[in-house]
Amino acid sequence: MPPSTEGPAQVGVLAPSGMLGAGFAPETIERGLALGPDVIAVDGGSTDSGPHYLGTGIAKTTEAAVSRDLRILLKAAATADIPLIVGSCGTSGTDSGVDWVAGIAERVMAEEGLTLKVARIYSEQEAAQLKEELGAGRVHALAPHGPLQPETLESCTHIVGMMGHEPFVEAIREGAQVVLAGRATDTALAAAVPLMLGMPAGPTWHAAKIVECGGQCTTDPRLGGVFATIDHDGFVIEPLDATNVCTPMSVAAHMLYETANPYRMREPAGTLDVSDATYSALDDRRVRVEGSRFEPADQHTIKLEGARVTGYETVSFSGIRDPYIAAGIDRWAALLRVILTERVSQTLGLTDDDYGLDIRLYGHNAILEDIDPDPGPPKEVGVMLLVNAPTQATATAVAKVANPLMLHLPLPEMPYLPSFAFATSPAEIERGAAYEFVLNHVVDVDAPTSMFRIHHTREVSRA
Amino acid sequence: MPERPDSPPLLGDYAIEVRSKNAGPFWVTMETFMRDSAGYAIAADEAFLNEDVIADLYKVDAALVQIYRIPALNVVKISFPRPVTQAGLRDRDIHAGQHHVPLAALRVPERHLTDDGGAEPRP
Repeated sequence: MPPSTEGPAQVGVLAPSGMLGAGFAPETIERGLALGPDVIAVDGGSTDSGPHYLGTGIAKTTEAAVSRDLRILLKAAATADIPLIVGSCGTSGTDSGVDWVAGIAERVMAEEGLTLKVARIYSEQEAAQLKEELGAGRVHALAPHGPLQPETLESCTHIVGMMGHEPFVEAIREGAQVVLAGRATDTALAAAVPLMLGMPAGPTWHAAKIVECGGQCTTDPRLGGVFATIDHDGFVIEPLDATNVCTPMSVAAHMLYETANPYRMREPAGTLDVSDATYSALDDRRVRVEGSRFEPADQHTIKLEGARVTGYETVSFSGIRDPYIAAGIDRWAALLRVILTERVSQTLGLTDDDYGLDIRLYGHNAILEDIDPDPGPPKEVGVMLLVNAPTQATATAVAKVANPLMLHLPLPEMPYLPSFAFATSPAEIERGAAYEFVLNHVVDVDAPTSMFRIHHTREVSRA
Repeated sequence: MPERPDSPPLLGDYAIEVRSKNAGPFWVTMETFMRDSAGYAIAADEAFLNEDVIADLYKVDAALVQIYRIPALNVVKISFPRPVTQAGLRDRDIHAGQHHVPLAALRVPERHLTDDGGAEPRP
């Protein structure tokens, strides 16, 4: 984007929280508005909670929580006459996620008498189209993955592309006051308006990264979001809550959060490099950052995310408090596996390849297992059996075969049948389909907006 | 961390926080936020904490381990590909939020305990 000679000297970004639906105090938004923002930007999603949300197209957040946050933010955007941007709607950014948030926004606006122009940006991708790109050599793997197989694309229930700032800019230029987007990079939503108004890419992308988790870059993230003011030489970051504090340390440390490399971060349009960035205290609660660079990429790329069904799962959970068995819990679990496998073979006629099972010993070493530094004898063990099979009925059948064992299995030397403590009745809990992320690849694109579809609400009239 | 009067000092004893988290679905990343520059000197000691030590501790390929030593923040950051697929049948830590424990439990080498002006473990 060429530098603007008539643009503003600085651009303010109000970041209310790390995720739409996570909640924030309304006073923090009032205070943010008093600081004169040019945009309100909030993330609606993440892959962090697992592939279920992309696999199903259903959000992690509950409607009431999203509605509550949107009500405050839509009113704030209308009052200040600035755009509201929500990225990765519905957790995973599927088309259904965008429509879900748009439906909530529509109801809130009707209730509040607001007539804001809404744009939806869809990011879901067709496997058939991507197979053509793959065939043309335009799809590349990211570490640690290898080359993509066409069958992998076909196996996904949903595939999304992660947009950069460009579709947001286009939607706003076309008159949108509220932009509800599918999958986007966490930074793109906060970067769009500053870039559109001529702010330099280095400080803009760095500020966008710092504000992407709301108050995470402050000394007390529980107190709400932050405000970034970007100018031609750097940016200033401050908490929305007047009692909260940003320090050079709290801001710099946020570059570490959920990033593999703390110095360089790839965006569709290039790479943010903060190796030479300096963080200095403006006063006791505001931090100025300078020296951030953005290196435009030779080739614009869009990262893909895809999820597919791995099978259907059933869980069973029993508790063991008996000190003798707790002391021999590893032997007990090994015995459970052997006998369960035999019984499943006898009763269901299934071999090991027909299903998968995981026995987790909570209270002993469930979380770290063989890398646990201190797997001492437990006092109490929660035995979780997780079964994965091609059908729900098979997974539940295996768990039901396990039921008498998880109730009564003795150690071989015991002269009696113990009884254990099931947590629920019935003990088996059907989890439905289980999913996995399978794509870690990027697509070369000629135009940054080509993979995304912008739909304006009918009311949009361009002045 | 509970008191362990008879136990040798561990890396976590010299840290404000040792944490782990997913960095996207396919990577895990950890940070040791050390309390001061003396604590940082322990964590940043390449003979104590290096790619091979992490590979042994987490049963991952040393060639894929990335270590960033950041003196300005008293932080050592470690990233490597997730050993098990997120949310798969064998994944017992969806956010990888508890995988810092083996790192925090590393025994601090004797040479860091005897130096004058060396780090003091958390009281």
